[in-house]
Amino acid sequence: MASNNIIQIQNITKSFPGVTALDQINLDIHEGEVHVLVGENGAGKSSLIKILCGIYQPDEGLIRYQGRNYAPQNANDAIKAGIRVVYQELNLISYLSIAENIFFERLPAKAGLVDRLKLNRESQKLLDEVGLKLSPKTPIYQLGIAQMQLVEIAKALSAESKVLILDEPTATLTTKEIDRLFGIINRLKKDGVTIIYISHRLQEIFEIGDRVTILRNGKKVNTSPIESITIPEIVKMMVGREMESEYPFLETVKVGSELLSVENLVLQGDDHSKSFSVRSGEILGIAGLVGSGRTETMRAIFGADPKISGKIFMNKQELTIISPKDAVDGGVCLLTEDRKEQGLILDMPCSVNVSLANIDGVSQSGLMNFAKEERIAEQYVDDLSIKTPTIKKWVRFLSGGNQQKVVLAKWLYRDSKVMIFDEPTRGIDVGAKYEIYMLLWKLAELGKAIILVSSDLPEIIGISHRILVFSNGKITGELTRDEFDQEKILALAYQEYLSNGNGNHK
Amino acid sequence: MNAKNFVSLMLREVGIGLALLLLCIVFAIAAPRFASPINITNILTQISINTVLSVGMTFTILLGGIDLSVGSVLSLCTIIAGMIITNETLAVGPAVFLSILGSLAVGMVSGFFNGFVSERWKIHPFITTLGMLNIARGAALQISQSRTIFNFPSSFNAFGSMEFFGIPFIFIIALGSVLLGRFILNRTVYGRMVYAIGNNEEAVRLSGHNPSFFKVLAYIICGATVGIAAIMYMLRLNISSPILGVGFELKAIAAVVIGGTSMSGGKGSMMGTFLGACIIGVLDNGLLLIGLGDFARQIVTGLIIVFAVIIDTYRAKISIKAEA
Repeated sequence: MASNNIIQIQNITKSFPGVTALDQINLDIHEGEVHVLVGENGAGKSSLIKILCGIYQPDEGLIRYQGRNYAPQNANDAIKAGIRVVYQELNLISYLSIAENIFFERLPAKAGLVDRLKLNRESQKLLDEVGLKLSPKTPIYQLGIAQMQLVEIAKALSAESKVLILDEPTATLTTKEIDRLFGIINRLKKDGVTIIYISHRLQEIFEIGDRVTILRNGKKVNTSPIESITIPEIVKMMVGREMESEYPFLETVKVGSELLSVENLVLQGDDHSKSFSVRSGEILGIAGLVGSGRTETMRAIFGADPKISGKIFMNKQELTIISPKDAVDGGVCLLTEDRKEQGLILDMPCSVNVSLANIDGVSQSGLMNFAKEERIAEQYVDDLSIKTPTIKKWVRFLSGGNQQKVVLAKWLYRDSKVMIFDEPTRGIDVGAKYEIYMLLWKLAELGKAIILVSSDLPEIIGISHRILVFSNGKITGELTRDEFDQEKILALAYQEYLSNGNGNHK
Repeated sequence: MNAKNFVSLMLREVGIGLALLLLCIVFAIAAPRFASPINITNILTQISINTVLSVGMTFTILLGGIDLSVGSVLSLCTIIAGMIITNETLAVGPAVFLSILGSLAVGMVSGFFNGFVSERWKIHPFITTLGMLNIARGAALQISQSRTIFNFPSSFNAFGSMEFFGIPFIFIIALGSVLLGRFILNRTVYGRMVYAIGNNEEAVRLSGHNPSFFKVLAYIICGATVGIAAIMYMLRLNISSPILGVGFELKAIAAVVIGGTSMSGGKGSMMGTFLGACIIGVLDNGLLLIGLGDFARQIVTGLIIVFAVIIDTYRAKISIKAEA
């Protein structure tokens, strides 16, 4: 294989407040190879891609591209240089035709008018190349997902890209469509196009990849030719073997009787119904890949999104939950994944946010009791050591960890029986994480039932009593503490994506 | 911290108050008649109705909505109240009492319609209230057979011209509305929810509240202020007419915006609105006194509104800096 490096990534580091997304990454991409990137959610794959295509700028380090320094300041710079990404979420404009989308950035023009003949002729060539048998005049909204993906690739080809980055291109494709995609990739490879390929489907990377790089926690673990590595080895590298002690499992917690139970819950677009329950004093971990239906399930239980069918019981009594109000009144709370948009009122003081879910507690016959509200806010600021100059400070100006603590304070003050945490530690620093784990334990000791959704496997293994694994909208496994094993969980999380290629969503 | 508080206070009410003061000084110098007691009484009378409408409008705008129907609904309220008050089978006392109730009821039912339709079918209130603008106007014309109603009881009319030490009775009603509105916004749970929803409705919903309830209530409150304003109008002009109130909604919106309330919701105050209504009233009156014609006055008022919104964009930026 030609070992001519088209891209050399040297010591790239990128941090965001509280997290190091990429830590001293060194990586060479050979010209004309299919280079596969794998890693768990949050391992740094997308940050790396975003740096390559100019959306992020690295804090440190250097990229050399075709022998020259390469520092794109925006997506346009990258496209001009010939580096192009086909994203998972497609960026096509529904009401324009295929041809118009392909040439959107530089429509062929004649005397200031769009040269339709040329536009359609050129587009047809590209469509033939990717094997999409449709007229270039077809509007995008008439296309299926797989066809749109092909249009995206045609679009990338139209720019005569030298490097094509495919971000989970097969996530929504059927086996037949995947075969066609692989055919296109092979042809592109022959034409000398370099491909960076990101996928969660470990089996397929052996079909298509030349080399594979494994990332974990923002660090590169290994780069290896695909022939000399196996799936179990990759999984082991993705997960890492480390730090069991970072999460001391507190034996003191007594798991009590069943508190919340969910029976035959069916969501929009679901093939499978889900049933599970959580006991008082228990921390139930929910593992699975992003998009496996974990968040959707929790939101449906909480009444934030509608459900098709299913029953929810609290202490054996059925709860009718059609809105978050019903859930909160019934003793269930949800700390959403997106705390800024959904958990907090950023432009209001801490004190207002703390009392938001329990306004009755700080008011009497419709009138606010401001003195009490402030007292309670002060108390939670002390208890949770929220770092803020005063309780009047707008939440916008607190750090991520402290914002999360304000959300926590809000629900602690509400005193719900069942507390659902969706990625409570995402994007916050290690110290604040530890405080949140301790708090979860304290809540469990108080007899609350805790549901913890997390993409951080060591975390979920470290602090849960029991783990449910979600895969492609289905619960694929339930593990008790003595069965916890990262590889087993990962295998279950991938299960519905691997099984004979047809476990796709419609 | 104190300095920062001071800055944000300056930017809000105090800043608007200073602008008003400046405006008054300029007019007082340019037109000596401006500061005469009679003219001041005049201004207070002129701003009263718009002030009351602006109080209600503040609630809808704080929630990120708007009510375009207030002018038409006001006209419909006067028609209903006028028909009751001129009903000869009723004694004067009950007639006045019932007409006030009728006016309030019409306003609140219209407000409920505005709020309910907008929330139930997730239609932007701009559209719903635009519909109501036409519905109420049509209803007023239909019910009155496009005739003006007058000959109100003379004891009723007497209230309209009543003054206490130069302060007109209807201005006292307006001031009462402002103070009540301010109390609701600043002291009650409802006021808290208005600001919270205006800032982040989804966060409020996910905290276990039903934002729709609070939003519908805001339109009912707005409708109630229309009912009150309709009675004030009848007190002042001693007529009910299906063609009055045209453009009142724009004047009320202007007062709210000049008063520093953000059109995207969540930020603003009742005092600001009151000062905004005063600025509009003073402008109208002062520009007339210095000899500007009707058309020129419209141009100036329009410019002031645009200017206020420009100021608002800076205010948002500066207050974030001041907080940080």
